[in-house]
Amino acid sequence: MSEFEPKIIAFVCNWCTYAGADLTGTSRMKYAHNVRVIRTPCTGRIDYMLILKAFAAGADGVIVSGCHPGDCHYTSGNYHARRRWMVFRSLLDFLGIDVERIRFTWVSAAEGAKWAEVVNSTVAAIRRLGPYDEYRQLQDKGIDSSFVAPANEPASSNEATGTRM
Amino acid sequence: MIQAMETLRKRAQELLETGTVQLIIGYAEGSNGRVRPLFARRTEDLENLVIDERCSLNLAVYLRKPEVRALGKPGIVATSAVLRSILQLAAENHLNGLEPLYLALDGSGEVVELTTPDQIAAHLAKLGPAAPQFSTVDLEGMDRAARFGFWQNEFDRCIRCYACRASCPMCYCDQCLVECNQPQWIPVPAHAVGNLEWHISRAMHLAGRCVECGACTAACPVGIPLNLINHHLADLIEKKFGGRAGTSVNLDYPLSVFRADDREDFIK
Repeated sequence: MSEFEPKIIAFVCNWCTYAGADLTGTSRMKYAHNVRVIRTPCTGRIDYMLILKAFAAGADGVIVSGCHPGDCHYTSGNYHARRRWMVFRSLLDFLGIDVERIRFTWVSAAEGAKWAEVVNSTVAAIRRLGPYDEYRQLQDKGIDSSFVAPANEPASSNEATGTRM
Repeated sequence: MIQAMETLRKRAQELLETGTVQLIIGYAEGSNGRVRPLFARRTEDLENLVIDERCSLNLAVYLRKPEVRALGKPGIVATSAVLRSILQLAAENHLNGLEPLYLALDGSGEVVELTTPDQIAAHLAKLGPAAPQFSTVDLEGMDRAARFGFWQNEFDRCIRCYACRASCPMCYCDQCLVECNQPQWIPVPAHAVGNLEWHISRAMHLAGRCVECGACTAACPVGIPLNLINHHLADLIEKKFGGRAGTSVNLDYPLSVFRADDREDFIK
């Protein structure tokens, strides 16, 4: 059986990590080919929905990367992004989504070698975790028809309960 | 409670009679033992006014509605959950041009009339922290896969009626993310992927803004414990960024500001 090849989506900012990944290439450094890079203007643009959509579309892992704090091309985009990720990552963890599959990192335009290391280590980590079937299986789920009303609620009431104006 | 209800009704009648307010927003006896919102413009409308532990609907949700605003200056029966929402709405500049009179109850059954955010904050501080309304589940203690199972089990029942959204005073966008279809971010059917994405989005959009009034949880027809998610994020934000929504009118939205030294341990 062939080895599991993880599919990894990387959301990177235009100014640092994209340029850093470019440097990895122009420096002829080899790294795992499992990553698909998506360039965004800034980490501030990396909406949490993009990460969810990557998983829904079948990604096994996601890399999110941008400029180091203090280096944002737009001054503060990465600071805002950092706060959003702090909340988002904690929320995902609370809901039981495997946050080990999302790698957050800062890679500057000069860190070509770091980009190769980030991709390689992420691919190795995802390879260990295996395919993200748990999330993918959500797609195949039918709409649950076995609805049972909670015990303390009147099951058959079709009463408007108060939001009518 | 009965005595408080009488005091409240009498005061509301006076306010309408003297023309201090043109509208009293409160709760009235509904059917099936439930309460419904009451919009009283005449004193006789107040006969059904009630206030008790069934009043989980957050009346602050009506203050932004143009059809309610068109009825004139409102007086609003304000539980502590409503008052917290008011502070947050004021912090978000959503009550500009509206000067409602808030009819709050203090612990002893007296009616307290409040108008300014400062008065509301002082009143809330006097009432102390709100008692938890719902049972909690120790999710932090579970392992990750068990948590995933727990929430999938809950979200499975979601019928995407958006009662959580309709009952929430902070969910006031004219066009909600789920109604945008260019692109269609969140699938419309009540299906596992869309349900998960909806609940994540709802939580993200309310992070740092939710005052934990519990209206969404009470409104949910299938009993999804949204309060757990709201509480988790409110705690996280207070711990990481400081401040809790609904305690002051001077709070910044935590996700629109930052500190250069925000601490996390996962960006490497």
